[in-house]
Amino acid sequence: MNHLRRLILKGGGAGGVLACALAAGLLRPTLAQAADWNKAAFESKNLADALKSIGADGAAESAEILIKAPEIAENGAVIPIEVTCRIAGAESIALLAEKNPFPLMAHAELANGTEGYLNTRFKMGQTSVVKVVVKAGGKHYIAGREIKVTIGGCGG
Amino acid sequence: MAEPMKIRARMVDGTAHIVVLMIHPMETGQRKDPRSGQAYPAHFIQHVTATVNDKPVLNVQCGPAISKNPMFGFRVKGAKAGDKLVVAWEDNKGEKSRTEATIA
Repeated sequence: MNHLRRLILKGGGAGGVLACALAAGLLRPTLAQAADWNKAAFESKNLADALKSIGADGAAESAEILIKAPEIAENGAVIPIEVTCRIAGAESIALLAEKNPFPLMAHAELANGTEGYLNTRFKMGQTSVVKVVVKAGGKHYIAGREIKVTIGGCGG
Repeated sequence: MAEPMKIRARMVDGTAHIVVLMIHPMETGQRKDPRSGQAYPAHFIQHVTATVNDKPVLNVQCGPAISKNPMFGFRVKGAKAGDKLVVAWEDNKGEKSRTEATIA
C-alpha cells in the first residue's frame, strides 16, 4: 500500500506522472492494427489475471518444462532464457515474470512442426519468479524459476 | 524504415534451428525522461511471425518486456535445407519489417 501511495504522491509532484500511468492506456487506440494482439492479457497487472486471460488458470505444475536462465542476472534489461518443453505436441509457450509491471512478456504459438522450444531475451524490473506456461494437447502446464536481478531493466 | 533482421537458420539432426535478431528499441513506456519527468512513449514489437515455405510455424505476441533488439530462437522439425523462411514483425506504431532467408 505504502508503495502505491508513494507513487501517487510522486505523481502529484511531477504533474505529469499520472499521465504516465495512463499513457499506456491512452496510446492504445493507435495499436488497433494489431487486431489479434491480446491486449487484456498484456495489460494484466498481476500474474493471476495474466494467466486467466491467456486461458491458463489452473495450469498443472510440470517438471517436463526446462527453463535455462541465469540464477542471478546483473542486468535486468537483458536476461537470456531458453525454454525446452519435453511434453509432446506443445502448441504454445507463454513467458511471464511475476513482479513485472505487466507480467505477460510473450506468448508464442507453435505450428507445423515447431518444437516446444523458445530462446529469447527479456527484461525484468526486480528479482522475481519467471513462469513458463506451455499448452499441449489442450492442457496447460506451468513451471517456474526465480531469477535474481541486480539492476532492474524496466526503466524509471 | 526498419533495418533488416539477421537470421541464422541451419539444419541440426533433421531439425531447423533458427535464430532471428531484430533491431528495435523496445521502449516499455515505463522509462522516464529525467528532465521533463514524462515517460518515453511505448514503442515495441507486438507480433512476430515466421513461415517456412509459406506455412506458419511461429506466431509470437510480445509485450514490452522483451529486450531491446529482440532475439528469438526456435526449432522447426520437418523443415529441409533450401526451404524458404520468412520472418516478419509489426510493432505498436504499425511499423513493419519482413526478411527472407533460406534454411541451410
